[in-house]
Amino acid sequence: MIWDTLLLTLQLALVTTFFLLLVSIPLASWLAQSKSKVKPIVETLVSMPLVLPPTVIGFYFLVAFSPGNAFGNWLNEWFGIKLVFSFPGLVLASILYSLPFMVHPIQSGLAAVSPSLKEAAYLMGKSKRETLVKVLLPNIRPALLTGMVLSFAHTIGEFGVVLMIGGNIPGVTKVASIAIYDEVEALNYQAANQYAAVLFVATFCILFLVYLINGRYFKTFWK
Amino acid sequence: MIAIQIKKTLDSPAGPMVLDLDLELKKNQIIAFYGASGTGKTSALRILAGLLQPDKGSIQVEGQVWFQSNPKVFSLRPQERNIGFVFQDYALFPNMTVLENLEFAASQGKNVNLDHLLELTELGDLAHKKPKTLSGGQQQRVARARALAQRPKILLLDEPLSALDESIRRKLQFCVLEAHKEYQLTTILVSHNKEEIIKLSDWAIQLKEGKVVQQGAPINLFSSKKIPEKFKVSGEILDFTQKDNVVEVQLLVQDHVFKMEIEQKKADSLRVGDQIVLASNDFRPKLYKK
Repeated sequence: MIWDTLLLTLQLALVTTFFLLLVSIPLASWLAQSKSKVKPIVETLVSMPLVLPPTVIGFYFLVAFSPGNAFGNWLNEWFGIKLVFSFPGLVLASILYSLPFMVHPIQSGLAAVSPSLKEAAYLMGKSKRETLVKVLLPNIRPALLTGMVLSFAHTIGEFGVVLMIGGNIPGVTKVASIAIYDEVEALNYQAANQYAAVLFVATFCILFLVYLINGRYFKTFWK
Repeated sequence: MIAIQIKKTLDSPAGPMVLDLDLELKKNQIIAFYGASGTGKTSALRILAGLLQPDKGSIQVEGQVWFQSNPKVFSLRPQERNIGFVFQDYALFPNMTVLENLEFAASQGKNVNLDHLLELTELGDLAHKKPKTLSGGQQQRVARARALAQRPKILLLDEPLSALDESIRRKLQFCVLEAHKEYQLTTILVSHNKEEIIKLSDWAIQLKEGKVVQQGAPINLFSSKKIPEKFKVSGEILDFTQKDNVVEVQLLVQDHVFKMEIEQKKADSLRVGDQIVLASNDFRPKLYKK
């Protein structure tokens, strides 16, 4: 049982990180170079999960996607999509919740790259997309790695959002952080400790690896 | 021919400044922009490359409209201008080797002989090195080779040799001339080194606070008309030494240092660091090979 829950947690973190990367690269790229008037609004929205209680996001998500409400009902009837108390719903909420952890490092990384690199590629006839993929992203690998690892670790650690949207369905939405809460409530401290210890060690290892790599201790890897 | 008639308001340290250009530049020439810092030289290059958009005016290259503000704003994208640009910071892609930098620039279905280009710029041995591991002079050569690899019609050089020491600078000046001829380019460069402008360019344009103050063949622009003597060289004062009734002044001309005596009265009007002209009608020099 403990391994099923940990596997589900890992699965959620991996899927969330993958989709976050797809969403965040164009978003961060736009934020890094845009002078649009709506940019401060978008930046505020992206950063809000940093300060907002996770239960707030979870609550609105629950209200919006509940089949008892118009939008949730429409999604369910027309597309058969049920986001509340389901794994896809957890993924979507996790993407929103961890968005700043992926967008911020990529945005800072892109803003720090000399603008002449981008301009040189444009003058060579390269499109914006080709310039991003072949010139800009390869030069911000540490920022990409930081974004991926932080989002991954943050998703593993989330509690409020998943509890609100996913509930506590074993094998479907019961992730490790909720299992710990569950076991403590049942006064089953030994099981809670197993989950907690695995999360503690895993988180330490992940972050330690990021600092090692970005601190250039593995020079050959990044050369 | 390149016809530029543009106006663009720029932010300068002294406040807003209008870059106002009305120029006709001939094909296959080397043209130099010079003037003090912040007079709009680099902005002029960026406008021609399409990296900066003028407020109004027009740019036509060989009859093709690159920019016009009337009747409707049209600006040809930088991707479609086929301009080679050597940036002041060289803008080499750090994730690619020297050869990959060149291949990236050349990969447009054009048949470019990269081996010949590497040979021309003496980069053969460095082809598989990353830009970070190269010296300033080597990086400058890669930036120029990369700009040539895309077979541009126009090559723009933004202070291409300013960060390099004298001996490398001389060598690279020769390379710029060689490539200009071989690739039949129209080369436009920004420089504040008069010697470099005289050596390299066919036409020089002086900018001051965004306006063209004079233009012409560099030899005519830089010759001192007020000094009647036939033989003139420019130099710099390095030091003064007081000797009885005269002052011994130490001068730097090109890379030679020598001393000469001048009257006290003359010395009073000069300071260390002043740029001077040595003029003489009695020109009987001996010639030595370096």
